[in-house]
Amino acid sequence: MIAGLLDLLTALLVLSGAAFALVAAIGLVRLPDLYTRMHAASKAGTVGSGLLLLAVGVHSAELPVLARALAGFFFFVLTAPVSAHLLAMAAHKVGYRLCEQSIRDDMND
Amino acid sequence: MITFVLSLTFAFVWAAITGSATLHNLILGFALATLALWIVRDEMSCRGYFGRLGRIFSLLLLFFKELALSAWKVATLVVRRDMDLKPGIFAYPLTVTSDFEITLLANLITLTPGTLSVDVSPDRKTLYVHAIDCADIEATKRDIADGFERKIMEAFR
Repeated sequence: MIAGLLDLLTALLVLSGAAFALVAAIGLVRLPDLYTRMHAASKAGTVGSGLLLLAVGVHSAELPVLARALAGFFFFVLTAPVSAHLLAMAAHKVGYRLCEQSIRDDMND
Repeated sequence: MITFVLSLTFAFVWAAITGSATLHNLILGFALATLALWIVRDEMSCRGYFGRLGRIFSLLLLFFKELALSAWKVATLVVRRDMDLKPGIFAYPLTVTSDFEITLLANLITLTPGTLSVDVSPDRKTLYVHAIDCADIEATKRDIADGFERKIMEAFR
């Protein structure tokens, strides 16, 4: 019974994690410029990989593995925004323009 | 005393992560924790540490809620047929001052719905934030000021 519930939970986590990863990939293709793309990569990407890591931890049903999976998620949360921030900043520094739909840019004022 | 309790906690985290709770491993974890705490001894002000834990925890809860919400928003946005985007970069006036608080706020902003921190002005008074929907900037600014910024100041001051 418990094992069945764990399997169900694992399946749910894997599926939703994969769905978020897919959405992040679709976002990278469909969004118009680097800045908007970083939104998809940093948010949906983090949640997707976090859910997958959690699935690994739950599936193993062992505390050490779960702890390591949680630590992995923690470092993801720690590093994903930094890389998104650095990419966006570097792009703006070298003059990469915002897409045409953009309605303001306070950094150029 | 507080350092000792922290070292002990870290030792158990170490044992959990390395996956063996033998005495040797606990001692190694304790030694590593003490070393790590010794390295950051100047940055750590220990006053009122435990009263603070509750507020840090509440910040953490808010963060996970916002993270889930933001991933969901991005998801619904990119699968829509016509993406109605009004992106732009706006300047957010910072109230927090220390490097640590600014870094934390910038990271939290990046992982919350529709916003991505791009740069901090040289005088560290302004944070430039890219928003995927710049239609109502004042509301976004208010959300950040009343949410994360206020909670950060409650937790770390």
